[in-house]
Amino acid sequence: MSAHAPRTARTAPNVLGGLAGWAWLAIIIVPIYYILVTSLRPQADYYAENPLSWPARPTLAAYGEVLANDFLRYFGNSVFVTVVSVAAVLVVALMASYVVVRSARRSATRLFQVFLLGIAIPLQATIIPVYYLIIQLGLYDTLWALILPSIAFAIPLSVLILTNFMRDVPGELFESMTVDGAGEWRTLWSLALPLTRPAIVTVGVYNALQVWNGFLFPLVLTQSAETRVLPLSLWAFQGEFSVNVPAVLAAVVLSVLPVLTAYVVGRRQLVSGLTAGLGK
Amino acid sequence: MAGPALALFGVFAVVPLLGVVVLSFMSWDGLGDPVWAGIDNWGRTLADPVTQNAMRLTVVVTVVSWLFQAPVSLLLGVFMAGRQRYRAVLSVLYFLPLLFSAAAVAIAYRALLDPNFGLGTALGIPWLSQDWIGDPDLALWVVLFVIGWCFVPFHSLLYQGGVRQIPRSMYEAALLDGAGRVQQFLHITLPQLKYTIITSSTLMIVGSLTYFDLIFVLTNGGPGNATRILPLDMYLTGFRSYDMGKASVIAVVLVVVGLTVSLLLNRLSGANKMESQMEGL
Repeated sequence: MSAHAPRTARTAPNVLGGLAGWAWLAIIIVPIYYILVTSLRPQADYYAENPLSWPARPTLAAYGEVLANDFLRYFGNSVFVTVVSVAAVLVVALMASYVVVRSARRSATRLFQVFLLGIAIPLQATIIPVYYLIIQLGLYDTLWALILPSIAFAIPLSVLILTNFMRDVPGELFESMTVDGAGEWRTLWSLALPLTRPAIVTVGVYNALQVWNGFLFPLVLTQSAETRVLPLSLWAFQGEFSVNVPAVLAAVVLSVLPVLTAYVVGRRQLVSGLTAGLGK
Repeated sequence: MAGPALALFGVFAVVPLLGVVVLSFMSWDGLGDPVWAGIDNWGRTLADPVTQNAMRLTVVVTVVSWLFQAPVSLLLGVFMAGRQRYRAVLSVLYFLPLLFSAAAVAIAYRALLDPNFGLGTALGIPWLSQDWIGDPDLALWVVLFVIGWCFVPFHSLLYQGGVRQIPRSMYEAALLDGAGRVQQFLHITLPQLKYTIITSSTLMIVGSLTYFDLIFVLTNGGPGNATRILPLDMYLTGFRSYDMGKASVIAVVLVVVGLTVSLLLNRLSGANKMESQMEGL
């Protein structure tokens, strides 16, 4: 990550590149700004004021309305599903990656190829058998119906990132652990885990984002308001509050807040983790 | 130790992958038990004009969104790789769309593109006050734009990482030879990014086969069937018309196309190189 493109100091500034950069910023920011200002606008003013102007009478009424409509329950469901799924993915993917990296057996390579396949295939296409399976297991319309497939679908990418990272750990370190009489579990816990921590953070944040924002599983595998998660609740709000645009957009803001917080805290880690391996 | 990962992936991904092939030969309404139907589903599905239209639309969406996203992501990635302070700040903001769920993005754009209370009114530009989502000729373009809005950030990140790994000495040598910025881009940056281009393109193309939630909330495939691409066709056929056999046929088509494209692009880049790219992900 040290080297990079031409130094602008010696050549004329790249005016064209700069302009394009600012233009793209406008494309990104305008919709986000619009979501924010509209969520602060009184419903009555939505039809009267300029849609991009700062509200003349800013209010949190839209947020109040969203919170009064079971938003916290959907929020809680999303938190539960995301936390359990991500924790489980990290544990099982870390163990699998350890086997892929450390085992000399052919079966370990096979295992790795199976997971690679999971990336090349649009796994969403398996939603119908997953639906069948969930019904057969008696899990339909429970939060576990979301958690189990979410874990499975997150495994391929997680194993790939963790494996790639673990391969950079010098083999001698592992061997010296073995010489000292440490078992596989000890080695995993006190060597592999601490040394792959940056990759674990990357995988964790990335998967949390995927599960938190997931829509297809909740749409197909749950039904009642008791098991509703946030993305689905946004869609439901849109139907219920079709005339109250500020409330719908307030729900959007509330649903993105936790993710935004995570991004602000873990940005450097996530971005460098995601890009590091790809340029190789 | 690999047991739990293998079991979960096996039960909830591999078994369903095989299951969808089996279900494509069965008749099932989603409630009772599936019964054997032979190749009946395949004949019905492939002859269905709605599905044929969905296939055509999927090709259009895949090709056009690649043509739009790939160059924009590449140029933005090169731009973001610059070390100037303002570029670092812009890069932080460019990332923001990745935080929103597809449902949230679709809801926001529905409001923003409202012909009466949306962007056209805000900016006083009549051209922007069209019935973007209700007009069959415009809806597909709106979908393509919003897809780009969602996914360009991710791909530009990949390119940013790729550009930063190009040895600076290459540029210094080119500078000594008097190469201009455009020449440096064409003769150093572009060839050096070859593998990033292939990785990013693979993810983009396979990704095109999974665009579901965004279009589902934005247009629900409409107006008419103007934006009903294959993944949406699969969902609507299976979970709205309760014809799981037919929907499974569409799913198998998606899997086969995705796998074929991945393998072809893999071949293009040389198998091992691609694998290490994918590992890096």
